[in-house]
Amino acid sequence: MSSMTFGRAINAGLRKAMENDPKVVLMGEDIGKLGGVFRITDGLQKDFGEHRVMDSPLAEAGIMGTAIGMAYRGYRPVVEIQFDGFIYPAFDQIVCQVAKLHYRTQGKVKVPLTIRVPFGGGIGSPEHHSESPEAYFTHTSGLRVVSVSNPQDAYTVIQQAIASDDPVLYFEPKRRYHVKGEVNEDIDLGAESMGSARVVTEGSDVTLVTYGPLVPTARDAAVAASDDGVSVEVIDLRSLAPIDFATVEASVRKTGRLVITHEAAQSGGLGAEIAASITERCFYYLEHAPVRITGFDIPYPYSKLEFHHLPDLDRILDGVDRVMGRTNSLSSLEG
Amino acid sequence: MSPAQDEDFVQLLTPSGARTSGEYDRWVEDVDDNVLMSLYEDMVVVRRIDAEATALQRQGELALWPPLLGQEASQIGSARALRTDDFVFSSYREHGVAYCRGVDLTDMTRVWRGNASSGWDPFEINMATPQVIIGAQTLHAVGYGMAIINDGDDAAAITYFGDGATSQGDVNEAMVFAASYQAPVIFFCQNNQWAISEPVGLQAHVPIARRAPGFGIPSVRVDGNDVLATLAVTREALERARTGGGPTYIEALTYRMGPHTTADDPTKYRDANELEDWAAKDPIARLAAYLEERGLFTEDFKASVKAKADDVAREMRAGCVNMAEPETMDVFKNVYSSPNSWLDRQQDHYARYLATIDDTAADAEGTK
Ligand SMILES: Cc1ncc(C[n+]2csc(CCOP(=O)(O)OP(=O)(O)O)c2C)c(N)n1
Ligand SMILES: [Mg+2]
Repeated sequence: MSSMTFGRAINAGLRKAMENDPKVVLMGEDIGKLGGVFRITDGLQKDFGEHRVMDSPLAEAGIMGTAIGMAYRGYRPVVEIQFDGFIYPAFDQIVCQVAKLHYRTQGKVKVPLTIRVPFGGGIGSPEHHSESPEAYFTHTSGLRVVSVSNPQDAYTVIQQAIASDDPVLYFEPKRRYHVKGEVNEDIDLGAESMGSARVVTEGSDVTLVTYGPLVPTARDAAVAASDDGVSVEVIDLRSLAPIDFATVEASVRKTGRLVITHEAAQSGGLGAEIAASITERCFYYLEHAPVRITGFDIPYPYSKLEFHHLPDLDRILDGVDRVMGRTNSLSSLEG
Repeated sequence: MSPAQDEDFVQLLTPSGARTSGEYDRWVEDVDDNVLMSLYEDMVVVRRIDAEATALQRQGELALWPPLLGQEASQIGSARALRTDDFVFSSYREHGVAYCRGVDLTDMTRVWRGNASSGWDPFEINMATPQVIIGAQTLHAVGYGMAIINDGDDAAAITYFGDGATSQGDVNEAMVFAASYQAPVIFFCQNNQWAISEPVGLQAHVPIARRAPGFGIPSVRVDGNDVLATLAVTREALERARTGGGPTYIEALTYRMGPHTTADDPTKYRDANELEDWAAKDPIARLAAYLEERGLFTEDFKASVKAKADDVAREMRAGCVNMAEPETMDVFKNVYSSPNSWLDRQQDHYARYLATIDDTAADAEGTK
């Protein structure tokens, strides 16, 4: 076990994957000499050379398209999109090519591509630097989508993503890069699937589902709720496509109440998918309709207002009060 | 020196401030002593704006700032060539261009303080809100130019972008459209040698200006640290645009003397010697030398320029630190131009939520 930051854990996972498989190559803007604007690839070009850690021209469609070409020749590219908001020039290559090649070629062509995306807000950045675009990709068949919330998962899941023969979007909650945690670098990668959700905190009254940057916030909310006599079970999804509904369902059958929280906008978002799926699966176990605590349906706001947009502890607790039938911000609307 | 560097360019003032002559002289024939002195003043003022904003960032008053240090001549020379009815589509570093367009000094810092998503009304100064998505604005300029043609007007659009941006599909598509419609557009590429940590050689194996002719667009390379030369080539391009000659591509060779932004540390990826080489080609120092030679660089003149720069910096700082904070409910504003049922409901719920928070705070207050 060693203690390291979230960012360092991704770096260590990338290094391990590169050591284990010479076909693993990294590509992206500023990832070489600089080690990326967040230093996630720090030192890797120095140690593995310019052919395996490539600074790319400034063109995201180019990065994605050429990564596909490398995959055709047996490589496992790991590409970095510098910030969430810069993935869109590559959207066409991701949706029309990366996602569909396996299907279009009757399984002959595999695209074992990993797309790393620092995402989410809370760091005081200007526009296009704080977005949560995961739902565009979970809506696209052919892609696997994951988001990790702690150094151990960061380390493990990046390697599982690289080992996956399907393309994986790996969303990194950039505001948690500096969070420290214990990492077992000898962990058995096969022991737990990349697709599985994890119960972070056990509880019996409310199931609180989240992923990525809001996992620590949800954990804090569970502690605060327990001071108030409410027992909250927190689930970190880890995999956003597909979602491990078995774990969520088992929890909701126990608690009868579901709150979902994410930074992304609400309408058409992952919260809607989770609420619908769980309602379908365990309607008769529900004591209250599922509640979503999310970002608003707005472009990510300028930094002075971002903490209104981002779900925080109090907003999550308000959601917990709603499903518990306690006094809450919308009580006056409830007939 | 990378292959992308090694070629001639238009230069009217050498780095030591000597006036050379050539075919571009005719574009600056009217530049008399007063104009020279005002070009100098503008460059000094925008360098001062840049230094002040950098200081404001260090003091926590701005979240971020992308410095223009070193690029004053590219920006002032080109922007001073424009008419007020021309329209600018820039990236995020063109503070000098914004200054020439007459932007309010407080508006200059609004975005970087995190107080708004854009600093100014684009139609007040005919300059679009700066673009962060690399290269996207070049297409907007071309479309604006296409509309100018439809209107039968003789205005032009100019788009500013960097060496890194030239790799983006958008910029290449913009050139296709501009050529196809013969749009009155100027592609003004500030090749400041770096795209964050990536040297220009990673983006281009030939001088960037050489790409444009392949699209059917005439191009010119200019010494981007020579304000007379950037003024001259931009005027030539504008004349072509106004008279039905279509687009022009200008590559201004300059240097980003500072970090990419205040969040960047260039010592991680570039050599200090390079900075020294470019410092010797400083845009302001060379015009100062030329003014000196002409007997214009008097103590009075220097004092008046300094006073102007200090005034501007003071006004900008005051505007920045005294800027009104956004209202909470502004977070829901301007997403749509008309009511939207999804968003209206969220706004209503959030207002109710805030009211309960206030009540809770009041209750807590009461129990103390
Ligand atoms: C589509 C997109 N990809 C990546 C970025 C991140 N980024 C911001 S500035 C920059 C470098 C731009 O270099 P250049 O075009 O030379 O302009 P300069 O910053 O030198 O003025 C990068 C990669 C971005 N803003 N937009
Ligand atoms: Mg550049």
